[in-house]
Amino acid sequence: MATLFWVLIIILIILVLYIIISYNRLITLRNRIENAWSQINVQLKRRYDLIPNLVEIVKGYAKHEKETFKMVTEARSKLITGSLSDRAKASDMITNALKSIFAVAEAYPKLMANENFKMLQEELSGTESKIAYSRQFYNDSVMEFNILIQKFPTNIISNMFNFKEREFFKTEGKEKEPIKVKF
Amino acid sequence: MNIYSEISSNKRNSYILLFVFIIIIIILGYVFGLIFGNSYFGIIFAFIFSIMMILIGYYSGDKLILSMSKAREADKKEHAFLINTVEGLSIAAGIPMPKVYVMEEDSINAFATGRDPKHASITLTTGALKKLKRIELEGVIAHEMSHIKNFDIRLMMLVSILVGVIILLSDFIIRNFLWAPRQRHSRGSGGIFYLIIIVAGLLLAILSPIIAQAIRFSISRKREFLADSSGALLTRYPKGLADALKKIRDDKDKLVDSANKATAHLYLENPLRKIGGKINSLFNTHPDINERIKKLESI
Repeated sequence: MATLFWVLIIILIILVLYIIISYNRLITLRNRIENAWSQINVQLKRRYDLIPNLVEIVKGYAKHEKETFKMVTEARSKLITGSLSDRAKASDMITNALKSIFAVAEAYPKLMANENFKMLQEELSGTESKIAYSRQFYNDSVMEFNILIQKFPTNIISNMFNFKEREFFKTEGKEKEPIKVKF
Repeated sequence: MNIYSEISSNKRNSYILLFVFIIIIIILGYVFGLIFGNSYFGIIFAFIFSIMMILIGYYSGDKLILSMSKAREADKKEHAFLINTVEGLSIAAGIPMPKVYVMEEDSINAFATGRDPKHASITLTTGALKKLKRIELEGVIAHEMSHIKNFDIRLMMLVSILVGVIILLSDFIIRNFLWAPRQRHSRGSGGIFYLIIIVAGLLLAILSPIIAQAIRFSISRKREFLADSSGALLTRYPKGLADALKKIRDDKDKLVDSANKATAHLYLENPLRKIGGKINSLFNTHPDINERIKKLESI
């Protein structure tokens, strides 16, 4: 009788420990996702702030490209508000609009030689890749989190504490595929 | 294994290693004390000495290495691309942005140092900035970022310090043995026993630096492979680093002037003249560059 009692106690302790560890893992991942999400927004905001400067400089050299400016300004105004998928769409629009602005700039050698323009171009392409990297980190974290929530037996724990699956930050452009690396 | 279990196994290995090295140091301390006639004194001395070295190395080792390599902090305007890329990859790795340094040097190389991701830095040679394309540079920075994220920087820092302590202690022992007063060797009935211990201790003193170095280099080689693959996970483009390594391999200038034996293992690729031979390969800080390229291309 006494042995059975102790066996039950030990099983109970292991069970409780398992729940604690899984719960903490879920919490850590959820915080990492929150963090990654705010990082995406920091970079989106940074790009948002840089665009007016760019438009200002390019306007000085290329007055007639009104269509392009309009496109950029419109895309920009949509960025700050909206749901996750809205923002993802707006972000894609800006990426495309910026590409066309830089394509336009190619036709103006004086603009291309402008120091401020060069700096802005570097800054914007840096921010562009930071957006891509923060999105990558966000999506990787979301994937890990979602798998944990769906998989048995962590799904029981996530149900118990009401953890919800997260949405990916999708982009229309071709995403860099996760690669398989063996350690 | 995914990258997170890799990191925790790396942290665990650090502790095991630390333990092994500390045992070697305690034995050396014992032998050291024996020569002076008081083994407790030796152990205590060795213990305090290594703690001091670890504390100094842990908190100021990276500054020492940076100043030894004549690295200066990267300029936000001059190295805009470098700083942007480091920031981007630190976001991709999910760690705080490390400090960025540049060292005046024509060959292509880079290293990371520090004690944890919050106190870390990445240094690139000006040669790397000049000769590498952007996508290759990205691969190199991702490799260094992985060293930081995987806590390799801490592991290698501690290992280097302890190897240093072991070398110093064994040096003390050998020197003192040679100059110690002879009459101690044959006193009373314990003479033979004493002699055996002394000979064994001396042997250990001679061998331990070699063993410690071999351990250190084998860890270093393993960490390089690991950083190659986890770097590829960050950029999602293994070819970038592979191409950078090819450029280093084919570059005429491979040596980093301000690198030395103490800092060689930190670099992306061996910055010193290579020594050939099978036995010497035990003491290589880096795996064969062609093998690294092959592995990256097979990802």
